[in-house]
Amino acid sequence: MELLVASAIGVLTAGGLYMVMRQRTFPVILGVSLLTYAVNVFLFASGRLTPGAPPILSDATTYTDPLPQALVLTAIVISFGMTAVVVMIALGAYLGTDDDHVDDQPDNGEDAT
Amino acid sequence: MTHWLIMPVVLPALLAPFIILAARYHMGIQRVFSVAGILAMIAIAIGLAAQTSDGMVMLYQLGDWAAPFGIVLVGDRLSTMMLLLMTVLALFVLLYAIGSKWDERGRHFHVLFQFQVMGLAGAFLTGDLFNLFVFFEVLLIASYGLMIHAGGNARLRAGVQYVLFNLLGSTLFLFALGALYAETGTLNMADLSQRVQMIGADETVGIRVASVLLILVFAIKAAVVPLHFWLPSSYAEAPPPVAALFAIMTKVGAYAIIRVYTLIFPVDLEVTAGLHDTWLLPVALLSLAVGSVGVLAAKKLDRLVAFAVISSMGMVMVAIALFTEESFASALYYIVHSTLAAAALFLIVDLVRQSRGHLRLVTDAPVAGAALIAGLFMVSAIGIAGLPPLSGFLGKLMILNAAFDGSPAVWVWAVVLGSSLITIVGFSRAGSVLFWKAESDGAPVPEAGRAAPSILSFIAVGGLLALIVAHTVFAGPIYAYTNKTAAQLFNPDVYISTVLDTQGKLSTAKPDDKEGDH
Repeated sequence: MELLVASAIGVLTAGGLYMVMRQRTFPVILGVSLLTYAVNVFLFASGRLTPGAPPILSDATTYTDPLPQALVLTAIVISFGMTAVVVMIALGAYLGTDDDHVDDQPDNGEDAT
Repeated sequence: MTHWLIMPVVLPALLAPFIILAARYHMGIQRVFSVAGILAMIAIAIGLAAQTSDGMVMLYQLGDWAAPFGIVLVGDRLSTMMLLLMTVLALFVLLYAIGSKWDERGRHFHVLFQFQVMGLAGAFLTGDLFNLFVFFEVLLIASYGLMIHAGGNARLRAGVQYVLFNLLGSTLFLFALGALYAETGTLNMADLSQRVQMIGADETVGIRVASVLLILVFAIKAAVVPLHFWLPSSYAEAPPPVAALFAIMTKVGAYAIIRVYTLIFPVDLEVTAGLHDTWLLPVALLSLAVGSVGVLAAKKLDRLVAFAVISSMGMVMVAIALFTEESFASALYYIVHSTLAAAALFLIVDLVRQSRGHLRLVTDAPVAGAALIAGLFMVSAIGIAGLPPLSGFLGKLMILNAAFDGSPAVWVWAVVLGSSLITIVGFSRAGSVLFWKAESDGAPVPEAGRAAPSILSFIAVGGLLALIVAHTVFAGPIYAYTNKTAAQLFNPDVYISTVLDTQGKLSTAKPDDKEGDH
């Protein structure tokens, strides 16, 4: 299971990084989303993978670390909200300039004022 | 337990919803409450700074849970000093935004401003790394809104870059936190500093990865050179009062580096040896050089100021990377100066834009009232370039003095002095094109439809410059204070024992002092 989770994080990160390096906003936003999925799984795994154990101290000898789960929950909410914000801003920029490049185009936006 | 320590976070958190719910259609009420809130925060920050000035470490346990389990806010000399700097800066920026009517050009300026202040205050006060991440996100999401305040295509485009870059930074931060938690099982800074010491010499792979990832994240925030690409266009395109407030945002990165790398990964720690001198110092010198070259090369005034910010952050990072008590004291002195000077310059950029109509560095007909703006520009340019008699000069002198004994002294002196020269040339070129050559370019044009900047705008800029002068005049006492702050940072025992040994009401006592038999 460790191998499966580790390679899932690796594949998600690699895919995300590849997408982030594209030039247009849509693939870049998809790439950022993939990266946030990767980091969520990574955070979850940072408390060690313990299948079938309760996330609470009890009489049982094994338990799952509950703190990474709380961290992941926070991280999911934040990344979800941030992705929504960036989609809205990117949409506004695209509709305004009819151009969805992420990088600065030459002679574009020079005379903004 | 006193509750004052959490007030800088709670007050704007309550004020912002009040403004948006009760006063959303009344700009006057919004302004009154916004300014009153910031004034109250300054008063609280002064109180906190006075309380911690004797070296006491204030602790606030949220929900009265004891440290490694609950979240804590910690106020020491450094935190309260940064908090005071931030609130004072916020006041003048807010006055300028009101005076220049920037807050009317879009919706919800004051709400976002309050949330931004809340995030900044939280980032300075928190004693928990995950909490630092959350407050980073609070200040970032407010800054996204402020950054695209008043709209416009160029601003939205720059906003997309800014948001995407910071999203990647946040993802990196989470990777670092995950690695750190996997290695140590805690994210409380004081607890981390003890546990990192316990890691055996042959198991340091994970913790080294985490420490490098963390410094990368903070370097993105501080715009250290290979990671600075987000800064010029976002600071240039952001509304000027917002850019002026952002002058403290890069300092948050510097603050986080100071905090984490004195407390958790101190300089004598085997694991992270070489991080400061081998890696941070060269890139800091590089950002100093790149920033000043950017000042010389900029074609527009707003980009010029943005590169001056990169250069002065390079200066701060050089002082931090030297990593001695003396260099930290001068770094803190210079942080205050560079925040005030950069903010004043961004506001002056807006004054120039109002009177000239554009910011391209080409000669243009002179405009009425340029003499005062030219004077303000000269004072703040002297400040940020580090010429005598203002505090930038004193700050650079302190940093050079701190570097004098170390082995990289030649490099530091050469790069600092060389880049200062280039910065001076860049600023004098800009100033002479903007204000002097204008006289040779025909008769003054009538200011068609351009209102002169209001008195309040000048009061705000003048106030920031007066603070720089005060920072120069009282350099002795302030340097003595930053020296004490640096001494506290290099001896974090009081910090650690205050955080870890204070019992909370709700948590049980530690097992070893509860019963002796287990």
